[in-house]
Amino acid sequence: MSSEHEASANGPRGPLAEDATARAPAAAERDGGPRPTEPGPPDARSAGAIDRRSFLMTLGAAAAAATIGTGRAAAETPGSEEDPYAMLVDTTRCVGCRTCEASCAEANGLPPPDMMDDAVFQKVRNPSETQFTVVNRFQTSKGEVFVKRQCMHCRKPACAAACLTRAMLKTTSGPVVWRENKCMGCRFCMVSCPFDRLAFEYHSAVPRIRKCTMCAARLKDGGKPACAENCPAEAIVFGRRSALLEEARRRILAEPDNYVHQIYGEQEVGGTSWLYLASVPFDQLGFRTDLGETPYPKLTEGFLYAVPVIFATVPALLLAINRATRPAAEPVVPETRHEHPETEALARA
Amino acid sequence: MSTLRPKHSPAPDAAAPTSDRVRHLWRFLLGELKPKGPLLTWFNAISIPIMLLGAVLLWIRFTQGLGAITNLSQQVPWGLWIGFDVVTGVAFAGGAYVLTLMVYVLRVEKFHPIVRVTVLNGLLAYIFYAGALLLDLGRPWAVINPIIGNSFGVSSVLFLVAWHFMLYMLAALLEFSPAIAEWLGWRRAHRILNGLTLGAVIFGVTLSVLHQSGLGALYLMAKGKIHPLWYSEFIPVLFLVSSVFAGLSLVVFEGAISRRVFRLRMSPEHHSQHDDIVLSLARISAGAMFVYLFLKLLDFVHGQHAALLATPMGAWYLLEILGFVLLPCMLFLRAAQRRSTRLALVASGMALVGVLLNRLNVTVIAFKWYEPVRYVPSWQEVVVTLAVISAEIWAFRWIVNRMPVVSPPPEWAAEDSGAAPALKYRPLETEA
Repeated sequence: MSSEHEASANGPRGPLAEDATARAPAAAERDGGPRPTEPGPPDARSAGAIDRRSFLMTLGAAAAAATIGTGRAAAETPGSEEDPYAMLVDTTRCVGCRTCEASCAEANGLPPPDMMDDAVFQKVRNPSETQFTVVNRFQTSKGEVFVKRQCMHCRKPACAAACLTRAMLKTTSGPVVWRENKCMGCRFCMVSCPFDRLAFEYHSAVPRIRKCTMCAARLKDGGKPACAENCPAEAIVFGRRSALLEEARRRILAEPDNYVHQIYGEQEVGGTSWLYLASVPFDQLGFRTDLGETPYPKLTEGFLYAVPVIFATVPALLLAINRATRPAAEPVVPETRHEHPETEALARA
Repeated sequence: MSTLRPKHSPAPDAAAPTSDRVRHLWRFLLGELKPKGPLLTWFNAISIPIMLLGAVLLWIRFTQGLGAITNLSQQVPWGLWIGFDVVTGVAFAGGAYVLTLMVYVLRVEKFHPIVRVTVLNGLLAYIFYAGALLLDLGRPWAVINPIIGNSFGVSSVLFLVAWHFMLYMLAALLEFSPAIAEWLGWRRAHRILNGLTLGAVIFGVTLSVLHQSGLGALYLMAKGKIHPLWYSEFIPVLFLVSSVFAGLSLVVFEGAISRRVFRLRMSPEHHSQHDDIVLSLARISAGAMFVYLFLKLLDFVHGQHAALLATPMGAWYLLEILGFVLLPCMLFLRAAQRRSTRLALVASGMALVGVLLNRLNVTVIAFKWYEPVRYVPSWQEVVVTLAVISAEIWAFRWIVNRMPVVSPPPEWAAEDSGAAPALKYRPLETEA
């Protein structure tokens, strides 16, 4: 990975970075406007597109600002709940070499994929129990596009909210991890996952849930996820989420004709830690675009809030009804009867 | 045929030494293990091979993994075992909470004769059908995790449902326990357990309200995976309301069978009240179905899915709603008007099919309706499901043939508490 990209991943965080949206050009304009190191969006738009050289210069300036501003590399600063670790996949750069698949398999001790076999592209694949990430090929209005798939590491993950043993856990630094000693294999996480990126070992007597871990162990040691480290096309960038959103917006602004003006994962289901850029609308690339922006755990929140209310009111109400309808002439109910001496019953018997 | 009436353990004198009493109880239990009816019946001939085959299949499942006998996949992680055994089975068990609510809380004495058999049905349904959840767990030994220790996933609906299943089994067991005490001849325990009934009922009803709806809430996060005609933010409410008529319909349906199979055990009063009870249940079911239909209509209008009705899934939806909710609702009303228990039986059967369709639609049929390759349960999954049902019926038969469930309780119990399972109210003077 070149220094530009790495540095830009740590770029200065604009005050509007979190709440700005890059979907509409107008929003992008508003957001990109105040930054001094960038060409103003109106210029970029009037020129049609800026060339690569000026784009790289811009990034260089951003890198300089970043070095002065933070002085630390992304992997050294722990991610936080507000600004977790994240990954940016630029599908316009991906060449479909599947090196990420191979390095992922190596890093996670999975069977190595057959790299020579291009037949894998003939159908759309999903991550499986032996592959935490897969690259798919899509024929789009702008030609072939390759898209890597894996767990999206949602900011408010449905799987973690679904887990009744807290086996599926959202770590504060960003990765969603699965803990073997807690899991009871109910697969409610799989039912809940909006992206269907979890895999279960159906052919094992001691099955596990398998998924991308965002190389949580490597992150802890100050490293990067294997796929990001090994991507020869620099299509995968690792960094803090806010920084990656900045970078993504910058790319869209720099080449507005090369990208759809949307960062997939910025708002979807409340935001994910994996962010995607693409040259064609995301529904052409196998992404679900109907998921909405509500975090999935919100869907059950109302029900769960009702539970203590029901528990407090229903028994009281039922008891009240029972007592209120007690026939006046027969005031004694049997549950008070065991207060009476047992001997009486025995004597009767 | 008077021998069919269970001989209640004549517990030896309370004064007898403990060792004698334990020995007596042991001998009694051993005696009760012996079959009480003919061994060669149609039901046995069918259910025994199914259960044996089911046991073999489960052995394969636990040694080689779920994939060895099920058609579950990464795309469809929950299939027939959850959709039918657990979700539908628990809805059908709803009769227990509805009837105990009516009899013990609202004091509708009319339903007293059937409350015990319904509670038994509910208890066994939870043990076997909710218990079938264990078969579906990939790592069942870890099932203890959400119960003990530091792994409380309180943000999970399944956590709530799992706890409620366990607690409700306890409540249902308490509600049924006087029958067990009568069977064993434990008078002191009988008296105490009888006194716990109202508390257990109130607790049980509260739990049922929450987990019947909770089973629906499980699917709230499957938004986008369930066809919009079935997905609704009101699934919990719809599941709760439909569990009322699902449970009552099962009481009517099962009552008709039990009445034939166990006719010799039933008291004449029970027989004479049967029609009246069935017709009342028909009326209540029709009312619950009306509420359900109204909610469904609201939900349909609110969802603005009218255009979807013209699709094949739309036709399937209409069949479920009109054919198996509206029609049996009207049949129930007609049955109550004409005092026709036969019509009520037909209506209850259709209502059960309707609830079955609804639950399977939400969990299996309309789940991932867009996938090119659809989940269809394997024959092994079906066999295991049938084995679970068979085992439940065996347990039910075993208990009904031994404990005073449909048969009248022993006289001493009636003396203790009026007509045994009944909660009778006596003036203070008779107590003192």
